[in-house]
Amino acid sequence: MKNFGRYILFLISLIQRRESFKTYFSLTINECIKIGYDSLFIVSIVSVFIGAVTTIQTAYNLVSPFIPDYIIALVVRDMTLLELSPTIIAIVFAGKVGSNIAAEIGTMRITEQIDALEVMGVNSSSYLVLPKIVASILMFPILVILSATLAISGGYMAGVLTEVITGAEYIYGIRYEFNPFNLPFALIKAYVFAFIVSSISSFQGYYTSGGALEVGKSSTNAVTNSCIAILIADYLLAQILL
Amino acid sequence: MIEIKNISKSFDNKQVLFDISGKFVKGKTNLIIGASGTGKSVLLKCLVGLLKPDIGEVLFDGRDFTNGDKNLLTDIRRDIGMLFQGSALFDSKNVEENIKFPLDVLSELPENEKIEKVNHCLKLVGLENINKKMPSEISGGMKKRVGIARAIVNDSKYLFCDEPNSGLDPLTAIKIDDLILELTRKLDTTTIVVTHDMNSVIEIGEYIMFLHNGKKIWEGDNKNILKSKIKELNDFVFSNKLMKKLK
Repeated sequence: MKNFGRYILFLISLIQRRESFKTYFSLTINECIKIGYDSLFIVSIVSVFIGAVTTIQTAYNLVSPFIPDYIIALVVRDMTLLELSPTIIAIVFAGKVGSNIAAEIGTMRITEQIDALEVMGVNSSSYLVLPKIVASILMFPILVILSATLAISGGYMAGVLTEVITGAEYIYGIRYEFNPFNLPFALIKAYVFAFIVSSISSFQGYYTSGGALEVGKSSTNAVTNSCIAILIADYLLAQILL
Repeated sequence: MIEIKNISKSFDNKQVLFDISGKFVKGKTNLIIGASGTGKSVLLKCLVGLLKPDIGEVLFDGRDFTNGDKNLLTDIRRDIGMLFQGSALFDSKNVEENIKFPLDVLSELPENEKIEKVNHCLKLVGLENINKKMPSEISGGMKKRVGIARAIVNDSKYLFCDEPNSGLDPLTAIKIDDLILELTRKLDTTTIVVTHDMNSVIEIGEYIMFLHNGKKIWEGDNKNILKSKIKELNDFVFSNKLMKKLK
């Protein structure tokens, strides 16, 4: 509870004594490149395989002759949009970006760079963390949209190449009884998860004390706590919005 | 001038500083000395506002830094420059960006004037043409110089140095001491140096405050420190063989 209270105070400190918009703008653009562009490769690889594996496994489980093949594509689409793309990619995001954020801020803390900012009268938490959170919120939904597209494409490739489903059936299944709310739901999850990963990781890094060992611990805690928070938020959002 | 009045500080019921008072004079190099773990760095952090003392006041030319309002604190912070023990240069910025940083966040100067100031400060600390180098590409002594340049770029009235000689070879350490003394004279700053290096004490100690177990037990200058009769101070000053021989 004490840590949760400290986390809330930390979030409040982000919006106090802010710097100029110009300062945040350039920092946010840099963070967008680091957080978004640099994550493209891992997100693409994971997404294609998520789609491919989901197609094969769904086909393996749907053995009844009464179930048409296009249902495979429908399952892939809904699983990808509702769960796999936002949640699995958020966990990958926590592993890649979250650990990086915690290690970067933690190292700045133990090498007195954060103290240097404070001595200069800069609100260090706002200066360092706010651009990371804004950049995550801007970039992660784009990564989720990309991931969903690639996962569905990966499913198509796997299904057609292994001949578990024809291309035409897959396309039909993808369009069959599509619920448009699934898209905003996936994006809402993306925004929430982006905030969770970036804020928790920053919090872990910001309150690092000690040396290299503690930076490593902060980085690990950032990933662990982010993953737990993602799963809790995932359940709550599903309960509330679906 | 910086004045401290009855500063006390404790962490988790462990008192680290006990009722410390003193005056750090403008245009002089003021040293806070003592063995490791005596509270020097805690006192320095209280002075620059990184820690709030439990009791006591820190006055910058009569302005109360401990209990002042937000605007006053911001004004005082603009006048503070600090050299950290490990230099604390920002890894992601090159030398020029590091030195320019206080100007970026605290001043409205046009970019070309900022660069001019950066080059002027680099010249003052004896470094030129390293503007585009990253902190990882320069030596420890150069990092300290860049740290000093960053501390003075904003025309700071108060210069704080935390263990400026740590991790440096004796020759470079003396050069850094000389540089601090020279800048204090040239820029007329109130300079406070935290150190346990006896070379610095002898070289630049124009006012010295000696701390022992969180208490101030002696103050004076480098001329009379060697004549003191206080046992704890003598144990500290004459702890190495060379100083013992000199005695």
